[in-house]
Amino acid sequence: MTPLIEAFGLTKHFSVRSGGVLHRHTIPLRAVDDVALRIESGETLGLVGESGCGKSTLGRLLIRLIPPTAGNVIFDGTDITRLNPGELREKRQSMQIIFQDPYGALNPRMSVEDIIMEPLLIHGARRNADSRRQVTAMLDLVGLPARVRDRFPHEFSGGQRQRIGIARALVLRPRFVVCDEPVSALDVSVQAQIVNLLQDLQGELGLTYLFIAHDLGVVKHISSRVAVMYLGKIVEFADKRTLYANPLHPYTQALIAAVPAAHPARRSRGRRERLADDIPSALHPPSGCRFHTRCPHAMPICREQEPRVTETVPGHTVACHLVG
Amino acid sequence: MPLLAVTNLTTAFATSRGEITAIEDVCFSLDEGEILGIVGESGSGKSVTALTIMGLLPQPPARVAAGEVRFAGEVLTKLSDARMQRVRGPGIAMVFQEPMTSLNPVFTIGEQVIETIRAHERLSQRALYARALEMLEKVGIPSADRRMADYPHQLSGGQRQRVMLAIALTCRPRLLIADEPTTALDVTIQAQILDLMMDLRDEFGMAIIIITHNMGVVAETADRVLVMYAGRIVEEAPVARLFDHPLHPYTRGLLQCVPSLDQDHERLVAIQGTLPDPARRPAGCRYSPRCRYAVPACTATIPPLATFDPGHTAACIRVPELT
Repeated sequence: MTPLIEAFGLTKHFSVRSGGVLHRHTIPLRAVDDVALRIESGETLGLVGESGCGKSTLGRLLIRLIPPTAGNVIFDGTDITRLNPGELREKRQSMQIIFQDPYGALNPRMSVEDIIMEPLLIHGARRNADSRRQVTAMLDLVGLPARVRDRFPHEFSGGQRQRIGIARALVLRPRFVVCDEPVSALDVSVQAQIVNLLQDLQGELGLTYLFIAHDLGVVKHISSRVAVMYLGKIVEFADKRTLYANPLHPYTQALIAAVPAAHPARRSRGRRERLADDIPSALHPPSGCRFHTRCPHAMPICREQEPRVTETVPGHTVACHLVG
Repeated sequence: MPLLAVTNLTTAFATSRGEITAIEDVCFSLDEGEILGIVGESGSGKSVTALTIMGLLPQPPARVAAGEVRFAGEVLTKLSDARMQRVRGPGIAMVFQEPMTSLNPVFTIGEQVIETIRAHERLSQRALYARALEMLEKVGIPSADRRMADYPHQLSGGQRQRVMLAIALTCRPRLLIADEPTTALDVTIQAQILDLMMDLRDEFGMAIIIITHNMGVVAETADRVLVMYAGRIVEEAPVARLFDHPLHPYTRGLLQCVPSLDQDHERLVAIQGTLPDPARRPAGCRYSPRCRYAVPACTATIPPLATFDPGHTAACIRVPELT
């Protein structure tokens, strides 16, 4: 397999103001810290972790919606962190994003046709019969009738709006799409429709996905490989079968154990270890292994030394002192 | 006598498009110490059911158009606001999805817990403080004595939900209604809060209504389950029965469309279509436009809830043929 995307040392620090009026200073929020990642052409890489772990920031860095503080992203052989704005705009056609909130992501004053056509116009197309034909084709592709083109976002349900968002993201025929929690704002009965649609489109158009979600069931279903993120770091990475059957990092184990049972006969209360406390602030990440404050197996070394990434079997990497 | 008996409850809202019924003909009961799960998606009426029981809907625009809520022998839907105020707290307490908007941002956690106790009991300042501290410790707030002086924004989402539970439980309610209590929380925190609610039920013996869209939350907590769709109950069953033998096509669809960790699916079994607009609900069975088993008779009349096994009811005319 060939990588479509490779990231090395990818880091994003946001400056956060702190202190009172007299002692104002900024401290770095390490949203993404020294991440290395490879996404193969045509695969779906799942990215899971709790809110605030940096998964959305990582998704935005990979398509350079935001510039990194350090590190590189190689997209199809080109280092997109070094492109000038013109070159970046051209590359951007190949890299798109689908957002979580189909209510907030669509301009309420634009018609469906304008929303879907806008990326074409930005990239030099004209508002002509050909562009309109492309809008029709996109509507058809996402399962909406062509007659909705003159309607406005508020006339649609959440699932339909997400279809419009997908049409807009795909109209430039990208190769790589970041799906940032694309179903978590939708009603349960509608989520499966959108998941199926994303899978169908992947097959039809040969897309590569980064699928960001906190729902481990959906991620397991749609992904080929899964990365687990905690406080800006990828702590475990494996193909999905290995990861769910044999999770090595205590955080991955805890995440899987916390998923509610699929049947009342398998209730987890009292039978599974629970993580204590909440995810610490990324402003003051714990020393050593960032998970040590919540880890049931923490040892003295975990407080002092950051664990290295170890490959236990080919394709399964984990950053934990217990392993390797 | 059940602790709570809801009969034929219908709540309507006056809107610019005329009066819309949010819930219709809702009937169920709940025993002391029992946990009832109410499952539904947006517009199902699960939250309106809870708010009608609590008497928390502003009237107008809301109106209890029919039916009644009977709690511990008293008809709540006929009570004055002042009498209802005395039921809330020691009788029924409620926690909501978003604890940040339920807590007052300008008062400390301690002040808010103490305020709730003071509203219902006459105690000295010292005794109030001690009771508040005890409650915060009971819900697992770490170093609760220091947290008493914190403001809501200084707490994480999980801790805020713990504080909401502490406030709800200060008056030892006989019924706790939890409306999507873990929806805004991460999965590891959700597991903590669900465990906590079960522990508190064991300790205090209160009944719980847990409202959720998540079948997993129901599987983890409930003794019995109501499934609601577009304002009506479509199925009711003991929890194991519902998961083993769902009768209504909507319940079956809900159980199938969520990918589980235990199984591999090539493709998800999606429910087609979208939830109906409350102002333009389909005729007959409201699920019929999305139902793969629908026949013309389904759109003729609203199917009534029929009993198929002891404690197991469903509102679908095709159940006898399909199961």
